[in-house]
Amino acid sequence: MNIWDSFNYWVVMILMMNGLYILISQGNFIKKIIGLTVFQTAVFIFFISMAKITGATAPILKQATEQGSTLYSNPLPHVLILTAIVVSISTMALALALVIRIKQAYGTIEEEEIQHKDQP
Amino acid sequence: MCFLLLTAFAITRAHDLLATVMLLSIYSLLCASFFVVMDAVDVAFTEAAVGAVVSTLLLLSTLSLTGRFEKPQREKPLFGLIIVLTTGALLIYGTLQMPPFGSAAAPIHQHVGSYYINQSYAETGIVNLVTSVLASYRGYDTFGELVVIFTAGVGVLALLSSQKSYPIAPIDKTILPAPMKQHHILRVVSKMLIPLILLFALYVQFHGHTGPGGGFQAGVIFASAIVLYTMIFGLQAALDVISVAWLKLFSAFGVLIYSSVGLLSLLSGENFLDYSVLAQAPIEAQHLGTLAVEMGIGITVASTIMLIFFSFSGQMHSIGEAQ
Repeated sequence: MNIWDSFNYWVVMILMMNGLYILISQGNFIKKIIGLTVFQTAVFIFFISMAKITGATAPILKQATEQGSTLYSNPLPHVLILTAIVVSISTMALALALVIRIKQAYGTIEEEEIQHKDQP
Repeated sequence: MCFLLLTAFAITRAHDLLATVMLLSIYSLLCASFFVVMDAVDVAFTEAAVGAVVSTLLLLSTLSLTGRFEKPQREKPLFGLIIVLTTGALLIYGTLQMPPFGSAAAPIHQHVGSYYINQSYAETGIVNLVTSVLASYRGYDTFGELVVIFTAGVGVLALLSSQKSYPIAPIDKTILPAPMKQHHILRVVSKMLIPLILLFALYVQFHGHTGPGGGFQAGVIFASAIVLYTMIFGLQAALDVISVAWLKLFSAFGVLIYSSVGLLSLLSGENFLDYSVLAQAPIEAQHLGTLAVEMGIGITVASTIMLIFFSFSGQMHSIGEAQ
């Protein structure tokens, strides 16, 4: 088994776990959101890597007559990730808006301090 | 790939949130170049516009409201590290069963993917496969995503646009937004650039059929031009050009276009989002339907992102006035 066969996937897993670690370990909410973004992007890379075929080209047909003669990468994961990216920015905006409101209500965006304030 | 890893580790280590945001921007740009290498030009387009530009801007505006530095951690969360390592090891064990990277025989390429590649030109007449799959074959999905974006815009508005004044925590005054009018070079260059960016956005919008592009990318690019204008000339000048009320109307209008295309076909006795009722020739009908749907996507995405940015910078303004 060639080591390059799964290299992309391993890098994706490392990136993903990096994002998850940020999400778990950091107390700052903005840092948590950044960790979530890293995680999301790792998933995007995973999908796009799966769509790739060696020697293939981008899924834009060259000539109507030449169809089938060239190899194209799979367009379906591209579509899924395209929409996922735009959805990720909107969820991120929503999360950041929540962070701003937490800052207004508590005066801090550190998780521990907020828990401290919530306890009577 | 190695650069990606390096940047991700740097993000984990950095304590200065501003540096983290900048690193995230670099990370997105690297991702976009990686997507180009992986043949996903449309995705790279979107990632460059969304990840490297818009998300960085939103994070920066949030940072200016919440402060630049995070509190140092008291103890190292060993438990989290163990969980992460275990999950990672399991996932990597899972990849050992994956088909080798780049092989054409992988299961993912055996189902609808090859159908799209071989049949979609004959059925839709659209050269860019990503556009035809996005707007025609998987129109339901895209409609759902569009509604998600619209909902997120509504949510941000609901959270941030309330008129009540809250007791404001002390913030770092040095990063308060000031219109950058005093920078002559920036002003002149951006004046020249903004029309070009807007033009490029329209090009991307209408050439989604023949090249990489489409409603999502065009919307983000269009919005980023307006955001640039806001940053250079101030929020008030931008609001004079496009008012928030119009943006709210437009973001709903895009969803309306998309759904009315669906309803039109429904009322004509076909399935929801079946474009064949729009014209006589099937290929022409597909073209029309895709164009209308992409138009709806573009309008909603552009106005929602502008709306989100305006509500963020409106927050900064109200705090700046209060001080």
